[in-house]
Amino acid sequence: MIFKALFLQLFTRPVTNRFPAKYMPTSVLGFLGKVQEGKAKIVPPVPVTEGFRGKIAYDREKCIGCQLCIRVCPAQVIEFKPEEKKIRMYVTRCTYCAQCVDVCPVGALSRSQEFLLADYDRFASNLVVE
Amino acid sequence: MREKVKPEEKTEELTKACPTCFEVPIGPIHPALKEGIRFTFWIEGERIRKVDIRPGFMHRGIEFMGTKRNLIQVLYLAERICGICSISHPLAIVQAVEQAAGIEVPPRAQYIRVIIGELERIHSHLLWAGVAAHELGFDTLLHYVWKVREPVLDILEDLTGNRIDYAIPIYGGVRRDVPPEKYPKLKDALRYYRSLVDDFVNFFLRDPSIEARTRGVGVLTSEEADSLCAVGPTARASGLRKDVRQDWPYFAYPDLEVKALTPEDMGLEVRGDVYDRIVVRLLEVVQSIELIEQCLEEMPEGEITAFPKVAALLAHLKKAEGEGVGRHEAPRGEVIHYIRLEAGEEAPAVWKVKAPTYSNLMPWYPMFRDQEIADIPIVAASIDPCICCMERVQIVCDGKAETLLKDELLRLSWAKTERVASRVTRQVSPGRGG
Repeated sequence: MIFKALFLQLFTRPVTNRFPAKYMPTSVLGFLGKVQEGKAKIVPPVPVTEGFRGKIAYDREKCIGCQLCIRVCPAQVIEFKPEEKKIRMYVTRCTYCAQCVDVCPVGALSRSQEFLLADYDRFASNLVVE
Repeated sequence: MREKVKPEEKTEELTKACPTCFEVPIGPIHPALKEGIRFTFWIEGERIRKVDIRPGFMHRGIEFMGTKRNLIQVLYLAERICGICSISHPLAIVQAVEQAAGIEVPPRAQYIRVIIGELERIHSHLLWAGVAAHELGFDTLLHYVWKVREPVLDILEDLTGNRIDYAIPIYGGVRRDVPPEKYPKLKDALRYYRSLVDDFVNFFLRDPSIEARTRGVGVLTSEEADSLCAVGPTARASGLRKDVRQDWPYFAYPDLEVKALTPEDMGLEVRGDVYDRIVVRLLEVVQSIELIEQCLEEMPEGEITAFPKVAALLAHLKKAEGEGVGRHEAPRGEVIHYIRLEAGEEAPAVWKVKAPTYSNLMPWYPMFRDQEIADIPIVAASIDPCICCMERVQIVCDGKAETLLKDELLRLSWAKTERVASRVTRQVSPGRGG
């Protein structure tokens, strides 16, 4: 049993996310700069499944300001902006239940596949959707 | 008002009853525990003579929070009562609300609820098996079990969109269908688990060291289990054929004809010890696999929810008046939700939750009687609570306090396995035994 498992281990790929660079770069920022210039490549994360509930995407044009999403949101992620009749979402509070997507009568909200949302600032531009 | 008993008075009284005992408190607080709990053991030599359990440290006021929100928000709050039974609480509350508001659920939705619930049982029991192996000092087995637990989590993510906190049930149905395209992948996973059953029986039930550490440890007789109202695998391991899915069938369970399983179903004599609890949980994994296969075959076509529009559901729930009770057999036992709705109010007037660990607290008293200190981790883990209350142990001896960390308790447990193992096997040491 144990030798079989060890032997198979040689040929199986790890199921976890691999380290983004092949080897530890001397400078992480330098490496990221190179990635932006297109000189280096990042090892992509394991893809998520099709129905994955990630960060909520918001289509501002479609939104009619009915506030149904605010009523059903269990984590009070969504804030109403009365002067524009649009919404603002604070992603750090989100529990990713996607109930707002189900309730939206015009389909202005949708699930995205994005899940790498760590940041030092909870009001970073990536974490406030409006 | 309840009569107040000062903790010191109670301690004094118990100390008087056993003058040669050491007092060993464990707990009371660990943030990862759903019910923060304190054990106080009275120990004579190595033996536990008496135990006192004090719950109530981690009260989060979830039920109160629920009465300030509308019912759809409450559903997601219920999901977060427990991280591992993250579908059991929603399944219980949807039953309560559907009963109170008189909502009919389409049959296909009932089957999907059963499938997700049984998948959760597989993952929860595997998680428990890993934890139990760790408490005994078999870390190889812990890593093995948690490795084979991954496929079921992947399946759950594929079906629902999340590994944990699936957000699938809603009042009147489910939010996502299980389309026929996904059957093959689900069946593959079930076949994989079926092929593992023999391995599990070998690793857990035929291993002499595990048998020596768990046979006759933490015994709960069937009379005690009955009178203390044990639920779930804890009760069934003591020989009580008690299962909500059998006694009060709900969802699609009446069609599936679930039978409560006890060690007798494996041809073993019921002794009600930790070993029997392992047996019952392994049997239930097999049972869950069978139930899901049966569901996939018998699942009817049709609607998955009675209210395709969530806004209509909200309006219906606002008008509803009445009360309802929902019961579900969670992996740990019976979970009960009671809810009362008032017309014109979005929030429930009353919401009461009873989690299975609550019923399984009292059986701890007979289980701990006359056990050794090194058996505390496995006996406490055997009812499948959140074991994190083992964070800190304080031994008070002659007025001196000595703090024992969880590592120390685990080390004691592992050392005992090593001692026992060297007696029963050919010098297999734990962790390396594979």
